[in-house]
Amino acid sequence: MAYTLDPQIEHLLRRAGFGARPDELDTYRAESFTGAVALLTNYERVPDDVDAKIGQPGYVGMTTRAPFAPNSNIVDARQRWLFRMLHSNRPLQEKMTLFWHNHFATGYTKLAGQLSPAEATRYMAARPSEDPGRVRGQIEMLRDNALGNFRDLLVSVAKDTAMLYWLDGYANTRARPQENFGREILELFSMGVGHYAESDVYAAARVFTGWNVGRQGGGADRSQPLVFVFNANQHDTLAKSFTFPVTRDGGKTIPARAAAEGMQDGIDLIDALAASPDTARYLARKLYRFFVSDLGAEDDGWVDRIARVYLDNRYEMRPVIREVLLSREFWDARSQFARYSWPVEFVIRALKDIGWTGFSVNDALVPLSNMGQNLYDPPDVAGWESGPSWFSTGSMLARMNFASTLAANQRFRLAASAGAAAATPESLLSHVLDALKTPPLDRVITSELTSYLRATGAWTGSPAQLQAKVPGLVHLIAGTAEYQFV
Amino acid sequence: MNVTRRQFVKGGVGAFTVTFAAPGFLNDLALAQGGRVRNLVVLYLSGGNDALSMLVPYNDPFYYSRRPTLAVPAGSVLQVGADSSRAALGLHPRLTGLKQVFDQGKLALIQRTGYENQSRSHFQGTDIWATADPRNPSGFGWVGRYLDSLPSPIDPLIGWNTTRDLPRVLQSAHTPVSAIPSAAGYAFASPNGGAEAAAERAAAVRINSHVPVDRPELAFVYGSARAALATLDRVATVASYGGTVAYPGSGLGQALKAVSGAMVRSIGTRVFYVTTGGFDTHSAQNTNAANGSYFGLMATLDDALFAFYSDLRNQGLLDDTLLITFSEFGRRITENGSQGTDHGAATVMMAMGGRVNGGLYGTAASLAPDPANPTLENSAGDIRFETDFRSVYAQVIDQWLGADSRSILNGDFRKAGLGFI
Repeated sequence: MAYTLDPQIEHLLRRAGFGARPDELDTYRAESFTGAVALLTNYERVPDDVDAKIGQPGYVGMTTRAPFAPNSNIVDARQRWLFRMLHSNRPLQEKMTLFWHNHFATGYTKLAGQLSPAEATRYMAARPSEDPGRVRGQIEMLRDNALGNFRDLLVSVAKDTAMLYWLDGYANTRARPQENFGREILELFSMGVGHYAESDVYAAARVFTGWNVGRQGGGADRSQPLVFVFNANQHDTLAKSFTFPVTRDGGKTIPARAAAEGMQDGIDLIDALAASPDTARYLARKLYRFFVSDLGAEDDGWVDRIARVYLDNRYEMRPVIREVLLSREFWDARSQFARYSWPVEFVIRALKDIGWTGFSVNDALVPLSNMGQNLYDPPDVAGWESGPSWFSTGSMLARMNFASTLAANQRFRLAASAGAAAATPESLLSHVLDALKTPPLDRVITSELTSYLRATGAWTGSPAQLQAKVPGLVHLIAGTAEYQFV
Repeated sequence: MNVTRRQFVKGGVGAFTVTFAAPGFLNDLALAQGGRVRNLVVLYLSGGNDALSMLVPYNDPFYYSRRPTLAVPAGSVLQVGADSSRAALGLHPRLTGLKQVFDQGKLALIQRTGYENQSRSHFQGTDIWATADPRNPSGFGWVGRYLDSLPSPIDPLIGWNTTRDLPRVLQSAHTPVSAIPSAAGYAFASPNGGAEAAAERAAAVRINSHVPVDRPELAFVYGSARAALATLDRVATVASYGGTVAYPGSGLGQALKAVSGAMVRSIGTRVFYVTTGGFDTHSAQNTNAANGSYFGLMATLDDALFAFYSDLRNQGLLDDTLLITFSEFGRRITENGSQGTDHGAATVMMAMGGRVNGGLYGTAASLAPDPANPTLENSAGDIRFETDFRSVYAQVIDQWLGADSRSILNGDFRKAGLGFI
């Protein structure tokens, strides 16, 4: 099979998705750049049918010990998300869901300790149409709002059951305000550290007093799901003062309010945070790292421009992301392969490049953990430390070893598809480099790779030789430093 | 136009290859000269450790009035005497192993460590403790800067980080530190066996000896792979280490077992980084019940540290080892409405080892909720620092690592009366 090189479309799909399956390449190659970006950002036009493909032939496999239960078993939830990253025809929706998961980083492990493993999975991952209480897990909520309005997203996050447990909002009461959520909404979810004072944290905690959890329907029926409730009698009704504007007229004080109207305090604060130029720039900086480049400083001109698009469009993310993907800086040659891939980006891209038939995504979970990324369980509320922090001796070994596992799993398919290119080690290498869509490799590296192909005996290109050498070669290439960049 | 990557392959830009120093060279030399090695273990208690529950001022009435559900009863603390301000102190009741170490004079407890305008952010706070630089906490770590001060070539196993990613404490300008979460899993896999697998590993070693001079980000990733390949066989010798005592199955216990194994097998590592989490106890902190959250944290800590201490003693390595702990901040004095504590300021540090001059260092705060109380800050909400944390680092750098703290910490933080080592 001959591969056509299309570096721009490959670049777009590595960033706005998780790499390119052969059929995805065909779809997007038929489009202009703006057409491809429109197809990615207007994903509602593409059928949301990926879950129906689970268990069908031709798709990656899953391994379950019991009936597949992605709404209550965290291992199955992880497998379903990896399946969606690999097979969804709405790659940008999955990519932005991952972006928000990292931004509003909520961890399964703490919730499992507070609730139970099944309930923690439910409030993180349940799909409402499949849940008896129609619970929408946090990640499903983020997926539904992946290119939505950031202000609405903040409101949904503040009322999200998993978040209310994760940052202890369930216990935020009038007599003893709980600072955890109030601090992180300022530090990590909106303005960023350095743009508020310690007194703002205490005021924010008081704003969210009474934003608690109760049983759906308001009773004590334990079979009902846990949902957000505003406990008016636990709300601090006094005025709250900030060091930054929090009212529409630029005032810095949220006025004293009757308890019954106290929920408006939180809405006022969220409105102010969403409208803050500091929030706009904080988000833009994160988007630069997520979509454009990990190298060098963030481009200040770009950050200001994207921040302006965010404010001008009243916090709608779709025009923001469209601007990101159409920006000159995004397409610049210096931005290609300029991001250290996140572990899930590396794993899904490898599956798309190397093959998935007969592989179970379950066998990617321990390797992903060794690479430093457990989906649904970021290390803390700041999310994963990305960029060079993904790389260490241990995590690099885990990447190389995953490449080995996958190459061994795909042995016969890889050898068969290389048959036509097996005349010489050089022709085989060229075929495999194309299949893996690698960036340019230094000649020193390509010459080591052909030396490897010749290392254990004369080159014949026989099926037996290909069945040993092609997986070995795929392992070495997917384990190069170059392949770790997207 | 069909273009293939064969035509796309880049010409050989400037590149060179590197090799590492002979393993354990410095170590062997020191031992041959009759010197003793000095191992440093840095233990990070992640989340902000509640110092008031670990080292309890059990005669302070405000400790009880401000913590109605969380205070440890005076009758259950493990008394460790009084500090120089005559404050009576006791360890958390679950720290029975550390109490024994304290009684043997090998545990120092340094009270009220912190810094001016202490950050209440986990992330900024951790970076400040890691860099020892409150003004610019985005640079290299204090241990990383120490490693950079060593003469090259430096063995890539000089440091062993038991977490997967490189903590800022160990980040350095040019010293690689290995990340080895599990010695047993630290191996090179291959889709083939026998001669094919050997040829693959040899190719991987040659490929990763390549250093692209024009692409520092690539050089960095190559460096990680290269350091892993160069040290696999030495690390494998640690995987079989069983210990002279039973280590707990916790992550911390298993990490400390590997640290001990690395010392026993003399693989050349000098600096180890270990972490244990769960200290961000905003709610249901539950200090006193056996199944309580903070009680469990103390159990994890005590069981792992006491096993490590006992193993080192049995192996004759206690005098070669210093372990220190840190956490990003202490916690609010007054408990919150969810039986937990919010982010605070000064906290307690520990130092443990055969050469440690054990005992209580510094003085306890008075917890009287008076805004004028000089031992508190933030309207008497939090404990104010008394000993700059960099003074503790200075003691470790000068007296244990044998380097100059003034150059590594960019200032003179040496403090009289802090001779815990």
